[in-house]
Amino acid sequence: MTDYDLEEQYARLLRDYREGKGEAQLYGAQQLGKQLLARNVSPEELADLHGRALERLGPVPEFVRESFQILTEIMIEYGNAYRSIHSWRSRHQQLESEIAVASAMQQALLPQRLPSCPGVDVGLVSVPAKQMSGDYYDFVCHDSHRFSLAIADITGKGIPAAMCMSMLKYAIDGLGEMELGPADILRHLNNVVERNLDPSMFVTMVYGRYDAAVHRFCYATAGHEPGFLYRRAEDRFYDLEGRGAALGIAPGSTYEEREVALEPGDCLILLTDGVTERKVGRAYFQREELVSYLQGEVGAPAQEMANRLYRRLLLLSQFELPDDYTMIILRRT
Amino acid sequence: MDLTITHTSNGGEHVLVLAGEIDAFTGPQLKERLLPLVNQPDVRSVAVDLTAVEYMDSTGIGIFVAAMKACRQTGCRLVVERLSPRVERLFRLTGLYERIVPRKGESDEWRNDLRPM
Repeated sequence: MTDYDLEEQYARLLRDYREGKGEAQLYGAQQLGKQLLARNVSPEELADLHGRALERLGPVPEFVRESFQILTEIMIEYGNAYRSIHSWRSRHQQLESEIAVASAMQQALLPQRLPSCPGVDVGLVSVPAKQMSGDYYDFVCHDSHRFSLAIADITGKGIPAAMCMSMLKYAIDGLGEMELGPADILRHLNNVVERNLDPSMFVTMVYGRYDAAVHRFCYATAGHEPGFLYRRAEDRFYDLEGRGAALGIAPGSTYEEREVALEPGDCLILLTDGVTERKVGRAYFQREELVSYLQGEVGAPAQEMANRLYRRLLLLSQFELPDDYTMIILRRT
Repeated sequence: MDLTITHTSNGGEHVLVLAGEIDAFTGPQLKERLLPLVNQPDVRSVAVDLTAVEYMDSTGIGIFVAAMKACRQTGCRLVVERLSPRVERLFRLTGLYERIVPRKGESDEWRNDLRPM
């Protein structure tokens, strides 16, 4: 459509409106408005268009014609704002598409499959609060009965956290080949994080190795929210504690290794603080409350248990996920 | 919820009293006050009073970690005092507590220690 056609269409709309004011003409104006927007007609051009269309309908009093100069001048300011929003919007779209690519790359860093070893059932729920996640997890199968796992929380969210995650992933992959124990892995990772990260960023992590031949889990923690050990024989939850500073806080930190043995029906529940840190109304969710939720779901297969807990906790915070959420459940069958 | 920061000083000794919540929204406010302060050559010590901080997340810990690392360069003494149980748990969990909260009766010679744990 040429500018002339547009002017013609506008004049016709005005004429129709003068001859019979009705819903149809107003609807026509709305449609024309959409066309004008699609063609990037600026507010000052629109004022001008209205003036020219009026001229086509008949003689226009001098003062009315002159008044359009005032309107056009004012509309120039609106036009400037309109153009800056327009350029902002296209930059925003570009950023959105870059973030979508980064988010897909981040997903590719996470394992696509859960380990499958005889006698241990693994469940996982990991949901980012925004497009990019600050939670990290990894599973590495060593042989038919041994696998390692990592669960970590990187301070902050978004792109910086995602970049840190890729660094962690490659460092862990490199260390994985050296057959180190969990404490040594954390010691090495601490040095990598300490040297390469912004001083205000740090990472909390649990790194552990499960041996399904003897059903023992050997682990070390770096400043991470303690997980839980469920003892079926006692029907009780214990904190899966450990000592060690978060990665990136101080150079040369060392970590201690602990080991737990799982009996049939026992569970290990590892989580990030997105699981525990939530507000319920005006109060903060307590760890003891989480235990009562765990208690309600224990006994189900690991994946089902993780899914149900996620749904119940999401319901509790009225379907708002304030932080990245990750829970890993290991259950000895 | 907001964070309010009250800053008093006596010579080279500064005190920041914080009230409210420290999270991703209010964190930048604390960072902009604390980091330039510990980097000033004439500032000998900064004590941060957390009595009225009801909530803090890992953003807050990150700011104290950055300030502590800066103190290691400048020689400024940074201490955090009067933590609520919830905030204290976070400091202990991340391993920052031993490095930034002075033990009772500890002398003024105490320095932010980055010794391995």
